[in-house]
Amino acid sequence: MTAMQLKFHIEGGNFTKAGFASSEVKKYLRKINISNETIKRIVIAMYEAEVNVVAHAYEGEILVNIDSKKVDISVIDKGPGIEDIELAMKEGFSTASQKVREMGFGAGMGLSNIKRNANEFIIKSQPGEGTSLNIIVYLNNVN
Amino acid sequence: MKTSILVEKLGANVVCGKEHLETKEIEYAFASDLMSDVLTINAKNILLITGMANIQTIRTAEMADIHTIVLVRNKKATPEMIELAMQNDMIIAESSNSMFKTSGILYNMGLKPVY
Ligand SMILES: Nc1ncnc2c1ncn2[C@@H]1O[C@H](COP(=O)(O)OP(=O)(O)OP(=O)(O)O)[C@@H](O)[C@H]1O
Ligand SMILES: [Mg+2]
Repeated sequence: MTAMQLKFHIEGGNFTKAGFASSEVKKYLRKINISNETIKRIVIAMYEAEVNVVAHAYEGEILVNIDSKKVDISVIDKGPGIEDIELAMKEGFSTASQKVREMGFGAGMGLSNIKRNANEFIIKSQPGEGTSLNIIVYLNNVN
Repeated sequence: MKTSILVEKLGANVVCGKEHLETKEIEYAFASDLMSDVLTINAKNILLITGMANIQTIRTAEMADIHTIVLVRNKKATPEMIELAMQNDMIIAESSNSMFKTSGILYNMGLKPVY
């Protein structure tokens, strides 16, 4: 398998398009030889991160690098950032607006969902500037 | 259990995916309006019961490999939802019953809880 890079721009606040990037990645992964279980872990982690940019930031960039060993997803946004990352990672903690809650989000479970599905997960944030995530899932099942 | 038997018992109105009713088998059900909650499910052949009817309901189901969605309390699927659901070979059924009643009927029929 040759290495592949997919790149997406994410608009903050646009819930109509939220999930489009993750859906494209899912379609691509289904064409190469990866188990459905692994695909599900990858796209759930990416979708949670994508929705977080839509829900909490102004705009963002998602870079997906796929090779024979792993899927490496970088999500970098411009936005308010996160003051206390440890607190944000706690299940149930959410600052989601009413509009975001009306879309079915704001349970405060997204970041822990990402962590659970990833093999490696790094989150960094500069309050007032933005947040960046690096999510890596290993592809043990690739032939 | 066959999806056709489940939706018939619920008296739910199937608005898309009729062609999959006889082929899709359901074993588990999960009831929630919280999409991140749905995204924690680690089971196959799940039916989702929800009062959340928007495009992200379908996106969430797509990511979680859920193919059958029952919208309760008269929530209607929008054309955008139906279009995305059809692309993903999903079934959407609409019911006027509450989430509690829908869950109760399906539980009685033998669908298993995820947690
Ligand atoms: N990209 C981001 N920019 C700014 N703040 C963020 C970002 N991602 C997460 N946060 C902050 O961390 C909190 C927790 O995020 P998490 O994804 O776990 O939950 P949520 O988005 O609030 O709800 P859920 O994901 O369950 O729908 C958010 O409410 C928000 O305060
Ligand atoms: Mg979130």
